[in-house]
Amino acid sequence: MAENIPAVRIDGLKKTYAASNKQPPVEALKGVSLTITQGEFLALLGPNGAGKTTMIGIIAGLVNKTEGKVEVQGVDATANPDKAKSFIGVVPQEMNFDIFEKVFEIVVTQAGYYGISRTEAIPKAEQLLKDLGLWEKKDTQAQFLSGGMKRRLLIARALVHEPKILLLDEPTAGVDVELRRGMWDFLRKLSSEGTTIVLTTHYLEEAELLADRVAIINHGIIIEEGTVKELITKLNYVTLLLDTVEPVKDATLVLLREMNVKKIDQDTLELTLSPGQTVNEAIRKIAATGIQIANVRNAGSRLEEIFINLTKK
Amino acid sequence: MALRSPILVGYYTMVRKDVVRMLRIWGQTLLPPAVTMALYFAIFGTFIGSQVAAIDGYPYIQFIVPGLVMMAVITNSYMNTVFSFYFAKWQKTFHEILVSPMPSWAVVAGYVSGGVVRGFLTAIVVIAVSLFFTKLTVFSFAIIFGAAFLTSFLFSLLGLINAMYAKSFDAINIVPTFVLTPLTYLGGIFYSIDQLPEFFRIISLFNPILYMVNAFRYGFLGVSDVPLSLAFGVMGVMTVVAFGTVLYFFSKGSGMKQ
Repeated sequence: MAENIPAVRIDGLKKTYAASNKQPPVEALKGVSLTITQGEFLALLGPNGAGKTTMIGIIAGLVNKTEGKVEVQGVDATANPDKAKSFIGVVPQEMNFDIFEKVFEIVVTQAGYYGISRTEAIPKAEQLLKDLGLWEKKDTQAQFLSGGMKRRLLIARALVHEPKILLLDEPTAGVDVELRRGMWDFLRKLSSEGTTIVLTTHYLEEAELLADRVAIINHGIIIEEGTVKELITKLNYVTLLLDTVEPVKDATLVLLREMNVKKIDQDTLELTLSPGQTVNEAIRKIAATGIQIANVRNAGSRLEEIFINLTKK
Repeated sequence: MALRSPILVGYYTMVRKDVVRMLRIWGQTLLPPAVTMALYFAIFGTFIGSQVAAIDGYPYIQFIVPGLVMMAVITNSYMNTVFSFYFAKWQKTFHEILVSPMPSWAVVAGYVSGGVVRGFLTAIVVIAVSLFFTKLTVFSFAIIFGAAFLTSFLFSLLGLINAMYAKSFDAINIVPTFVLTPLTYLGGIFYSIDQLPEFFRIISLFNPILYMVNAFRYGFLGVSDVPLSLAFGVMGVMTVVAFGTVLYFFSKGSGMKQ
């Protein structure tokens, strides 16, 4: 497969869920276009009901699109869905394995659906379960696994046919911090080996740490996309907290009215940089008013701020 | 022998999973028809049947055994697909197959084969039980096999259609209770339609199960209320129509995808 063919290309994708149970139709996707390059790690961010799961579902073949085009590795997913699906591994949001089935059998059976014989699938399943720390549980019925183990089983099952593209729908939801970090390491390794990864998440830290690129989706449209750095620069949401040596007088603050400076408490200011403004320049202007700065701190999760600002619109 | 075609591997995986499941829970799949049919054989065949005149020259119990075996085949092949597919939909385990590259026809074939295997296993169990009550003659193995195959194939397909559109566990019991059971009881298992008044005899000819029961019975006893070619024709046409319908809806994802 040529390097320049996108892993996934979505063009004008629309989805309207039909009316049901006296509920009106829901327009979940309103014309999404997105190109995901080979080997890219894309995070899809958005609040509940934004359309993330619908989008993943359409790419994976779980949801019928209303309009638009999806190509997977250059293959039209409508004209040739079976071929398109062969490139994809899916980690769904909900546990969707047979809870009465044993862990090992779930993974080997899934390989079978992708045309991999049991003889070939058995060593692959063994390796995956070992990599994901589930080998000890291979003969346990899935219903008896802990929440974190079930999540890892979903990942093992999605990877058994060695997909070029892995779609993960909130894979770390409800997983404790230690396990989440372990999963991040696993996904980073997978990404470094060339697998294209699309991850939807509510954890902004996760997107910021893992993703090459972030797409923010809300009300069925992609409202922003780019690298985390690009988004911060483009949207100008660099916010710093400045600890001052002495309490800041309101009269002094008036001198900074052209800048985006807020007084948080007596000796703390919040500074949001304006487009193109450097930290140096902003600090110089503040210092020129006589305010002495003792310390500069990051105001918190930068991506979170962008996310909140964009999705509240 | 190693399977080479990816589609064949997928199909084999589906059938294997279903057969392992039905054998693992044999107490829920194979034992109930054995117990129920033993009661039918004892009560209708032995106790009441001994008071009933021979039909087509055969003792009553020998006349009803093929029909009762067919009743078990119909019920079990139907229930196998309706339950396994609806349960997979309800648990969302069907997504495992939906995201895979298996073509629709192979998925349908996988589910239907599970139903056919269940139908045949049930037939073997029930026939074995019947031997405790009567002796069986075999007129033609090919006709027995053909009738059992087409019937279990057809009812596995009908079970899939039911499961596709079922939105609750209640909905998968409505058809078996209110449609399948009455049609089966009125399908000539316990009597020859030649014994009925003309009006009811003609009405009975519109019951498709009559043709399945009679074809199967012909395989054992060599007697039938309807021509054999008509019986196989009805089964064949219904199977082709049901298969086409299921394939069409499966390829569109009806009742499976939003």
